[in-house]
Amino acid sequence: MTRVALTVNDQRHEADVEPRQLLVYFLRETLGLKGTNVGCDTSSCGACTVLVDGESVKSCTVLAVQADGSDVTTIEGLAAEGELHPVQQAFHEQHALQCGYCTPGFVMATVSLLDENPSPSEDEIRRGLEGNLCRCTGYHNIVRAVEAAARAGA
Amino acid sequence: MSVLGNRVLRKEDPRFLRGEATYVENLPLEGALTVTFVRSLYAHARIIGVDASAAEALPDVQVFTGGDIDVSTGPPPIPVLEQRMRRPVVAKDVVRFVGDIVAVVVSPDRATGADAAELVMVEYDPLPLAVSTVDAVKDEVLLYPEIGTNVAGRAGRSDHDPRLFEGCDVVVRDTLVSQRLAACPLEVRSAAAEVGPDGRITAWLSTQVPHRDHFGLSATLGIDPGQLRVIAPDVGGGFGAKSAFGAEETIVVWLARHLGEPIRWTETRSESMTTLPHGRGQQLELALGGTRDGKLLAYRLDILQDAGAYPGVTAFLPNLTALLASGVYAIPRIEVDGVSVVTNTAPLTTVRGAGRPEASQAIERMVDLFAAEIGLDPVDVRRKNFIPKDAFPYKTATGAEYDSADYEAALELALRAVGYEEVRAEQQRRRDEGSTQELGIGISSYTEITNPLGEEEYGEVEITADGRAIVHTGSFSHGQGHETTFAMIAGERLGLPIERITVLKGDTDDVPKGTGTFGSKSTQIGGMAARGAADEVVERAKVLVGDYLEASAADVLLDTAAGRFHVAGTPQPALSWAELAERAASDDRLDELKAQHDFKAPPTFPFGVHIAVVEVDVETGKVELQRLVAVDDAGTLVNPLIAEGQVHGGVFTGVAQALFEEFVYDEEGNPLTGTFVGYAFPSPADLPAWEAIEMETPTPANELGVKGIGESGTIGATPAVWNAVLDALGPYGVRHVDMPCNGENVWRALQEAKA
Amino acid sequence: MIPAAFAYERAGSVEEAIELLGRDEDAKVLAGGHSLLPAMKLRISRPTVLVDIGRLDDLRYVREDGDRIAIGALTRHAALVRDPVLATRCALVPQTVQLIGDPQVRHRGTIGGSVAHADPASDLGAVVLALDAELVARGPDGERTIPATEFFTGPFTSALGPQELLTEIRVPAVERGVYLKHQRSSRDWATVGVAAAEVGGRIQVGLASMGPTSLRASAVEEALASGASAADAAARAVEGADPPSDVSASSEYRAHLARVLVQRALEQL
Repeated sequence: MTRVALTVNDQRHEADVEPRQLLVYFLRETLGLKGTNVGCDTSSCGACTVLVDGESVKSCTVLAVQADGSDVTTIEGLAAEGELHPVQQAFHEQHALQCGYCTPGFVMATVSLLDENPSPSEDEIRRGLEGNLCRCTGYHNIVRAVEAAARAGA
Repeated sequence: MSVLGNRVLRKEDPRFLRGEATYVENLPLEGALTVTFVRSLYAHARIIGVDASAAEALPDVQVFTGGDIDVSTGPPPIPVLEQRMRRPVVAKDVVRFVGDIVAVVVSPDRATGADAAELVMVEYDPLPLAVSTVDAVKDEVLLYPEIGTNVAGRAGRSDHDPRLFEGCDVVVRDTLVSQRLAACPLEVRSAAAEVGPDGRITAWLSTQVPHRDHFGLSATLGIDPGQLRVIAPDVGGGFGAKSAFGAEETIVVWLARHLGEPIRWTETRSESMTTLPHGRGQQLELALGGTRDGKLLAYRLDILQDAGAYPGVTAFLPNLTALLASGVYAIPRIEVDGVSVVTNTAPLTTVRGAGRPEASQAIERMVDLFAAEIGLDPVDVRRKNFIPKDAFPYKTATGAEYDSADYEAALELALRAVGYEEVRAEQQRRRDEGSTQELGIGISSYTEITNPLGEEEYGEVEITADGRAIVHTGSFSHGQGHETTFAMIAGERLGLPIERITVLKGDTDDVPKGTGTFGSKSTQIGGMAARGAADEVVERAKVLVGDYLEASAADVLLDTAAGRFHVAGTPQPALSWAELAERAASDDRLDELKAQHDFKAPPTFPFGVHIAVVEVDVETGKVELQRLVAVDDAGTLVNPLIAEGQVHGGVFTGVAQALFEEFVYDEEGNPLTGTFVGYAFPSPADLPAWEAIEMETPTPANELGVKGIGESGTIGATPAVWNAVLDALGPYGVRHVDMPCNGENVWRALQEAKA
Repeated sequence: MIPAAFAYERAGSVEEAIELLGRDEDAKVLAGGHSLLPAMKLRISRPTVLVDIGRLDDLRYVREDGDRIAIGALTRHAALVRDPVLATRCALVPQTVQLIGDPQVRHRGTIGGSVAHADPASDLGAVVLALDAELVARGPDGERTIPATEFFTGPFTSALGPQELLTEIRVPAVERGVYLKHQRSSRDWATVGVAAAEVGGRIQVGLASMGPTSLRASAVEEALASGASAADAAARAVEGADPPSDVSASSEYRAHLARVLVQRALEQL
């Protein structure tokens, strides 16, 4: 076991972890933050996307031990209790979710995308989200949501 | 003012946006043991022995084999299906596909389970293979030797009328393959089960059909249905692949009962790609004949359906393909001969479209081939053969009774939206200048059958003590937005805003029966059942109001705009639902404000026209979809926002089949596309925005005029894109490209045309 | 999904990493982890020890070094895409890296990890070959410089010794460079990738997914050097290559693609 200490959603945590424990399972099972989903086993789908030190990362492809000392934000940490972050609000208003399983990953990827490129074109949005897969929406409304969030200054 | 027909944002969104959804994998389930399956690496082999000793040496690991779990499942009891091709949930003597379960590991956690599963040693004696349907149909290698054939189901008739094409100046022929697809719900399968202190078993399943599962699991495991509760919490997509419980869920429930411990299982994506039932897998030999001036007269389909190793409803699908074979055209003579065969591959099932995409792919490709043969624009050939709008209800030569449609109007809308003449002009301009980036325009005009089984759905509405409403539905939304749509439907009848209406679903203890959600049926039967129940509650409320206002119930009116009851002619006194409920509760009469309604209706037939514009790089073969215009008419749109979302998702699936995806096995039956890396599931960067256009031709089948829309996008889009690719390649002498129309398949077609 | 168990060591310096690698022959280096961890999760790769070099921040840099640009091996792809020095002096690198994986992968993956993984489908593999890059390695016997043309020795096999760490990638300043990547979809590995650059007055071409390793299209280069047109040179794209057949493409299609893409790359140069 290896000791790790990291900040998750502004709360500091310390724990002993098996080296092979993936960050996504650390978040879900050790910390009980179930909002981040596991959608594949080849780092393809992005459902597990969180922010590590402000950047979007696939938490299934990071070991918990690698995240030692990091600042992690999950979907639960995006907005205060009862509120929605502008990206979440945009997804709602544009009907950019159906079954919801890919949604936390897309939202976190969008937060990171807009942080790096506050006014992306449609093409930049589509390429900026190529690490995230959805089976329900056909992506159309997700792109609209990102555009709306960008306009709202998210 | 009615909220119906408005683009109402979804009530259910917040929990999904916040990461608070209740997918099975998120359930707490203290102390649950984890299940890991050991699966066959051979497509067809005898099992000589299973040695679990190394696995069981790991702490707290138990291993079960086919000898321990002696349970089997079989195909649905449809007469045309071979009922004897049953699947032992854990293979005992023989494995029939790569992924067949040969042992079950129970462990305290997932990691130990993965380690233990690797240590289970299985000795196999490989058997000859029948991986392709072409091989399997020869009946040389038999998957079920005791049955003597690989045929699992039939459709149509095997005799051929030699005069079928009499009177046809032209007959065009082709063999098309609607290739095997993986459904790829973002949430893989997940199941959990626990025996309660009272001995009742609760099973949580990631499913589309909780009641069907309840019935099936009880029967399969010999459990008294009263002793089993099935709960489907939030489910992350199904697309038809989760419309039947499988060996895995059966084993989870069996283990919970056998061990008396809570049990949970979540598959890996690789496991899901290779063992969650696949879709399509149909080959069609086609011949379409007609006159030289464009009238279609006769159509023959020889269908060969892959039923996988353990046949389920898929073996029946050629019957649906046959039913919809003529699509939107008045073709007088149609002959279908269909056979479904088992193969040494994963099971298949009814994936989004289920037999109808195959029908529209076939007829739309053949109409374009026919048009090319006689030198007419494919638009004109379609127009000449549409079933006219005043001909409905219309019975096709295949026996389908179409309810309502206007194909010509849909075509007009689509042509205008895409700017047909301008695109043709651009296409010609590129041809004239010898561009290597050719443009192609493809049209598909389709119809399909929703609520195909003409099922009956359950709805219940109750009023709570504070005047809110709860809808209990036998439908099961797993992304389709029923918590909003059904609230809108009930709310319109009750005069309550959707904020005061909760829709409950998925728990067999809360909803006594239901058919789940598949086949694009839920709004038209589940929504109507909720509507009917709401109407009955209103009638019962009027009785109570009559008592309270000293009038006859027949004189009581509900002002739905205000949500208040009053006596006709006297707006005051009035009782709101909250006031009525409070009084009823204090009089112990609240349960009078509750009603159930069963709603049954025949199938309905949405329709539409899709037009695709593609750019084909004729040097590399690469196809880029530039535009997809979709006109989809599913009757009245209760919530156009949600309906449009369904079209977007359906179109995505249709385009994915046309251009990207195929589930592939090698000759040994090994899956080659068993992960999201090998399988070409498109990302946002691969696709354009969709141009979805509304059209509403109500159905007489229900008072709302609603048909189903969930699968329309899929059924319409694939042929439009396929036809577009062929249209781009017409000048090169290409008349056939295998789907998916990726670079290699297009390049090969170009090479063959040159030869 | 769950890797086989392994021991974990974190290196505080390159020297420490070298020493840790020497203790176990089944030890592997963990940098960004986006090539290694996916293989471990499918249990295709089963190292007994992972030596995490992810904290060695002094291996993250891009700096001009005479007529070369020196890139620290742990520089992340996302940083390369944004780097102002590369943008002006060797734009081929950021243009190519922009096509690797997706934004999340690029936030973690490193150039060193990518190159050392020696995937024949790797985009950077084709580029470092076309550029005649120098790969600087440090091991128990000190530091050495390996020319790119000697670096890729077999599928997923590089010239690095079991205890050697790739520390720096040195690329020439190049004005003209193109990387073309054909994929079935945006998420896919290169079905075929072609990197073309003018290096020291000579046009050089690197290929991805055309053999057991990243390859130089030497026959194409020879033809160009003796004055052949782009089309004629491109016709020789498959000489010396051995394009694989797999679920993404057949060998024949790859061969065809290589000819087309080499010609296009040369014309775009």
